[in-house]
Amino acid sequence: MKKLFLSTALATLMALPALAPAQEPKQGGNMVVTYKDDVATLDPAIGYDWQNWSMIKSVFDGLMDYEPGTTKLRPGLAESHEISEDGLTYTFKLRPGVKFHNGRELVADDVVYSINRVVNPATQSPGQGFFSMIEGYDEAAEGKTDAVSGVSAPDDSTVVFKLSRPDATFLHIMALNFSFIVPKEAVEEAGADFGKKPVGTGAFKLAEWTLGQRLVFEKNPDYWISGVPYLDSFTVEVGQEPVVALLRAQNGEVDVPGDGIPPAKFVEVMKDEAQASLVVEGGQLHTGYITMNVTQPPFDKVEVRRAVNMAINKDRIVQVINGRAVPATQPLPPSMPGYTAGYEGYEFDREGAKKLLADAGYADGFDTELFVMNTDPNPRIAQAIQQDLKAIGINASIKSLAQANVIEAGGAGTAPMIWSGGMAWIADFPDPANFYGPILGCSGAVEGGWNWAKYCNPELDKLAAEADSIVDPAKVDERLAKWSDIYMKVMEDAPWAPVFNEQRFTMKSPRMGGDDALYVDPVSIPVNYDYVFIKE
Amino acid sequence: MAVYILRRLLQSALILLGVSFITFVLLYVLPADPVRQIAGRSATAATVESIRQQLGLDQPFLVQYANYLLNLVQGDFGRSYLQKTEVAQLIASRLPATLLLLVAAIACELLIGLPLGIIAALNRGKAIDNGLMLTSFITVSAPQFVVALLLLFVFAVQLGWFPIGGYGTFAHIVLPALTLGILGSGWYSRIMRSSMVDVLRADFIRTARAKGLGRSKVILGHALPNAILPIIAMIGIDIGIFMSGIVVVESVFGWPGIGQLAWQAIQRVDIPIIMGVTLVSACGIVLGNLIADLISPLIDPRIKLR
Repeated sequence: MKKLFLSTALATLMALPALAPAQEPKQGGNMVVTYKDDVATLDPAIGYDWQNWSMIKSVFDGLMDYEPGTTKLRPGLAESHEISEDGLTYTFKLRPGVKFHNGRELVADDVVYSINRVVNPATQSPGQGFFSMIEGYDEAAEGKTDAVSGVSAPDDSTVVFKLSRPDATFLHIMALNFSFIVPKEAVEEAGADFGKKPVGTGAFKLAEWTLGQRLVFEKNPDYWISGVPYLDSFTVEVGQEPVVALLRAQNGEVDVPGDGIPPAKFVEVMKDEAQASLVVEGGQLHTGYITMNVTQPPFDKVEVRRAVNMAINKDRIVQVINGRAVPATQPLPPSMPGYTAGYEGYEFDREGAKKLLADAGYADGFDTELFVMNTDPNPRIAQAIQQDLKAIGINASIKSLAQANVIEAGGAGTAPMIWSGGMAWIADFPDPANFYGPILGCSGAVEGGWNWAKYCNPELDKLAAEADSIVDPAKVDERLAKWSDIYMKVMEDAPWAPVFNEQRFTMKSPRMGGDDALYVDPVSIPVNYDYVFIKE
Repeated sequence: MAVYILRRLLQSALILLGVSFITFVLLYVLPADPVRQIAGRSATAATVESIRQQLGLDQPFLVQYANYLLNLVQGDFGRSYLQKTEVAQLIASRLPATLLLLVAAIACELLIGLPLGIIAALNRGKAIDNGLMLTSFITVSAPQFVVALLLLFVFAVQLGWFPIGGYGTFAHIVLPALTLGILGSGWYSRIMRSSMVDVLRADFIRTARAKGLGRSKVILGHALPNAILPIIAMIGIDIGIFMSGIVVVESVFGWPGIGQLAWQAIQRVDIPIIMGVTLVSACGIVLGNLIADLISPLIDPRIKLR
């Protein structure tokens, strides 16, 4: 087995100082974070809400990790890894001396157990499908075998993954919450309640969970990154309306209102200098888009779909949401690798759009339906879209429904147009591949899939597979160029009209310290709990 | 008496069965798939089907309903689809908060509503009566969300007398109870007024006055006990009104009760929780009415339970 590259402990040493914050971190204190909704679970195999996602990251670890505040991979529980030249074998060396919160030392068998558990259908993990590149996945996912044959532990500190196809996203998958390592004995003892009694290797351990009220996370003094975390603890208070959470933050009772600044209060907060100075703005891996069902007339005609792209006045829609976004030109958000810089997208041109409609045989326009989720600001955005469409002769009636109902209609393919707001794709991991398969690829264009445009271009699927077979880190630019091409071809076919990329606005109390990037961390929303600290 | 209670309990059981059936039907025909909520957006069709099978959601409607009932009579409410926690445990952890709020809110309603109703009745037709009845009209029509935020802003944020939402101490309960109290007091003051007006016209009040009893003695000693009867029945009905209104108030004040639990479950199509909370609330309403009916003859011996 020829080795392509070797990331060693040295890489870790180089990676860690990269986050050296401007301020010297201070140890101690308790941070208070609020949320409207309950935390459903802290089981890394189950949790898939944006709010429990970052808490799970603090309680558990995976083989791979991200540099805080960035989308750059760094070694996690594995101090090094090797990739075989054919890209089909990944060998991870575990960091010695890592302990679970229950005191037991982590061994390679725990990794094997954790992966098998996620893939096992009895676990009902929403992340099961992420592991489909591992050899033996199908048999295990269907429940024919208990173990994924491609994962093995030759000794206590080595884990080997054999893949059935080369996949450049595999290291990102190893950094995903679903691959976080859990101790078998704790899972078996707690059974279905493991999500309420989590035991991991992470920087924090769960100290208290009063259902419906609060969770208290306490510093893990034996954490394998010395000096981390900085906080002694953080308290998550649930059941707090965002408006009330904001009042409490203004009163100094809350450090971070987790649901952000409510839309109705946004202008007021940003106009007030003292409050605006406490708000950190950052990009996020999100795109808001309109899907057009390409299997049904009139959207089966590419001219019509391009006309819709040209009809949307994106700047005005950004104004509708008080400038909390930037206009989008393509499916990928600007902070995502593979984004095509310099591409302007479809120009806002009503006359041109009308011409295209006439070319397609719809000179007099047509009637259609626009599905939208019924929470603010989405119905208002839908109205703006409706007016833009009206201007070129398309009469779209708005169907404003609960989230689950819109998702159902999108999956069933009964919705001609959907505004994605409130359900839009936010990347699971920072890689362009994650914006393709489920939402633009053929695999998602099935009954119940998330490809609501039902767009399936087998040629692009082939290109995507080619791009993802480039696993050599030295050829990463070649791979990203391929992805950029794929998204440009998507824009030509225009199954979507990308509208905007939402910005994130996190409010923090004046006493909170740490680099601003930690408060808009692309993989930990709202904040990276492990690295923020209290200044006083 | 015992026969009456037994019959009422049987009726109650039938009502609950009906409630469970209707709720189950509504959730079944809902155009939203709970399995998709569990499986998440990245799940493949195979994952979705496997979860559907494991939860028995691929079974025909009546089989699903029968299974649910079968578990229910064994005291098993099932596990939350998304939290995986036992629904009984989730409800039990939140029920005390809701019951506490129920008692405090009804106490507030009575403390505000009854005196106002009595004052209005004693001043019938005068400006003070009209003013009070107009006020009660406004309070029963005011949106909970607005009143709750208004009280929160004035008394918690501006004046700082009470905490801004939360749970735990006496100070925490004042504002949510007051919100419900102010809004519900209008019903009580109107009923109290009309009942009192009727009683004040009665012969025995005239007799009491004629024999020279003081005004306060007549009102509190003779008129009030006779006028209070509709109020007792009203409390029974009020439990139902309370249960339907609790969602908003619990949300605004961050009160960890079952209303909040239900609201979150509805948004995520977490059917076991929705069913559980609905049944527990229905139980509360049925029991509340039963108790009100049982108390009435203790206050007015003319009422016979049959």
